[in-house]
Amino acid sequence: MPPILIIVFAPLLAAIIAGLGNRALGNVAAKSITTGALFLSCALSWPIFLTYLGGDAPAAVTPVLHWVQSGSLTFDWALRVDTLTAVMLVVVTTVSALVHLYSWGYMAEDPDQPRFFAYLSLFTFAMLMLVTADNLVQMFFGWEGVGLASYLLIGFWFKKPSANAAAIKAFVVNRVGDLGFMLGIFGTFLVFQTVSIPEILAAAPAMKGASTIGFVGLRVDTMTVLCLLLFVGAMGKSAQLGLHTWLPDAMEGPTPVSALIHAATMVTAGVFMVCRLSPMFEAAPAALTFVTFIGAATCFFAATVGTTQWDIKRVIAYSTCSQLGYMFFAAGVGAYGAAMFHLFTHAFFKALLFLGAGSVIHAMHHEQDMRYYGALRKEIPLTFWAMMAGTLAITGVGLAGVFGFAGFYSKDSILEAAFASGSEMGRTAFWLGTFAALLTSFYSWRLMFLTFWGKPRWIESEHIQHAVHGEHDDPAFEGAGADVAHDVPDPHHAAATGGYHPHESPWTMLVPLGVLSLGAVFAGFLFYTPFIEGESFWNGAIAYNEHLIHAMHTVPWPVKWAATIVMLIGFAIAWLCYIRDTSIPAKMATQFAPIYRFLFNKWYFDELYNFLFVRPAFWFGRLFWRRGDVGIIDRFGPNGIAWVVEKGSVVARKVQSGYLTSYALIMLLGLVAALTWVMA
Amino acid sequence: MIGIEHYVIVSSILFVLGVLGIFLNRKNVIIILMAIELILLAVNLNLVAFSAFLHDLTGQIFAMFVLTVAAGEAAIGLAILVSYFRSRGTIAVDSVDRLKG
Repeated sequence: MPPILIIVFAPLLAAIIAGLGNRALGNVAAKSITTGALFLSCALSWPIFLTYLGGDAPAAVTPVLHWVQSGSLTFDWALRVDTLTAVMLVVVTTVSALVHLYSWGYMAEDPDQPRFFAYLSLFTFAMLMLVTADNLVQMFFGWEGVGLASYLLIGFWFKKPSANAAAIKAFVVNRVGDLGFMLGIFGTFLVFQTVSIPEILAAAPAMKGASTIGFVGLRVDTMTVLCLLLFVGAMGKSAQLGLHTWLPDAMEGPTPVSALIHAATMVTAGVFMVCRLSPMFEAAPAALTFVTFIGAATCFFAATVGTTQWDIKRVIAYSTCSQLGYMFFAAGVGAYGAAMFHLFTHAFFKALLFLGAGSVIHAMHHEQDMRYYGALRKEIPLTFWAMMAGTLAITGVGLAGVFGFAGFYSKDSILEAAFASGSEMGRTAFWLGTFAALLTSFYSWRLMFLTFWGKPRWIESEHIQHAVHGEHDDPAFEGAGADVAHDVPDPHHAAATGGYHPHESPWTMLVPLGVLSLGAVFAGFLFYTPFIEGESFWNGAIAYNEHLIHAMHTVPWPVKWAATIVMLIGFAIAWLCYIRDTSIPAKMATQFAPIYRFLFNKWYFDELYNFLFVRPAFWFGRLFWRRGDVGIIDRFGPNGIAWVVEKGSVVARKVQSGYLTSYALIMLLGLVAALTWVMA
Repeated sequence: MIGIEHYVIVSSILFVLGVLGIFLNRKNVIIILMAIELILLAVNLNLVAFSAFLHDLTGQIFAMFVLTVAAGEAAIGLAILVSYFRSRGTIAVDSVDRLKG
């Protein structure tokens, strides 16, 4: 049996066993099976990746089952492994395995653990199906599978109304993107007469500007339309500007879910799809310009919003959104290798940041508001160092030619590629990306300073008050709190800490943090060459733009240093605002109140959508309900028949007077009538 | 000379009286029984008259049967009436409406 079959189907098997076994199976068995399956997948994935790392390894397709044969539409279940898939395999299985392990500690108090682990494994299976897809329909299957798992996991604490709302929002917003993706698949089949990805990619270059197609009443370039439709799908899944609103709300889910799905893997599916179909996008320059624009806009937008949020998970969520923007504009300017490289490093450091945030939340007794953190550096040192590694990685700390953390290599190469592309949009993306890098540095260090430095501000927090006074929150929500101590208040600290002592997380949570820290520190340094310059590494899995790679190396020195310089500026501002003089942020907020409100309210996207879509939809719904359903269908349908029967029976009842004489009269009249009829 | 038509007229009058006695009577169930007797008698009169007119004895024999049935019917009807009076305390026609829907 080829290892790829085990890699993909072990999580599915584990999910089925844990999901159906559920309580009968018990917590430990369910958790062991799912976690074991994931570590098995992970262990089998790395050798595959290392094979491809050696270079020049060919793509391998493992057939699984026949699926559809209908006229010219034929496709099978098949698992395709090439360099691109191998990269995704290690990202998905590694992060997923670590998140499974982490959840042992994080979800220790949750009453529904088998369900949680079954969902996690189901998600991993769907994600693996997506990245190994050999045809667009199979990719769509994985695409919807991860959407389903995301919905289930965001709404995991289904007793919380906000979690349900967030889950529905994620699902609905993704539907919008999926509609685009579906239309893209239909259109691709219409044009290429196949849904097989290799065949489409082989035929795509010849189609460049070759034909036009009618779309919503216009004649437009075929490839542009197809790529834009497919990209709409990617925008939905990867939370790009316009369809991003679900991602911050998705933080209602448990933190390990945020780390796995909404940071490392699922949200990068859009980037993966664009890279997978890169020869197709290369044949549609107009679509690529749009991709660059959306990527750069998202990267800038999310970074600005991230600077004002107070919820630690929301800051990281906007950061994810912003980093996905980087990946997209890298793909948009043709640097698919850089996009995948950033995807790869981002998976490690962003999962690390999320899991670190989970560890902080765990230590702070479910408190997520950074205003109530402070001075945690000494209390939870291991979490602190892990978060530090993640922050150094995301802000891109490093010295060219010596050593840098993961983000240093990937983000710099994206910015260089954007600049080197030479196009108008590429330059715009470079400037927006550089400014976003400044903001990235600012909000990342702001998070660190607010959480780990300064004075303890825990006393204000309701969650901490509960912990100190021995009242647990409902254990169904934020499943932590087992090992939160209820120590005797320390008289010296009691004023600011409320007598609360945060505790370091258990080893099941610290080990994943440690492993991911290694990734955040070394992933960039180790894999820069193959990802960015490795034509033999990619071996045709993505469109490789040799000209751009050369241009990247010859950008002027200010461009090369731009990211590092703005990183230092961002750090300096954060230090000034949150360490040196903590009154500055409040002053700034009042000084520039309109801007602050605009950013704090996330550019009013939710309000705008509420006004444009949600309320009209409600209005339509009410119209159809009150007027259409109740007013017409019910009125003339079931209710109308009931009315006729009721009124008719009132009349019919009068006949049944109970008087013998009237019965006899009716009998007589009947008899006379019958006789008359017979005789006449 | 009294012809067959006179008998038919009388028996018709009796029959209609009997039928109306059933329908128009609102007071007493015994009157219904009496009205039924009247109907049966009207029929008997008809049978006998036509038997004599047609010189066929079958009609008269049939009349004897009808008398027997009438006697039995009266006996059973009165018995029902008595037991009904015992259980309900009245035999007023207006209150005999337990079959009402």
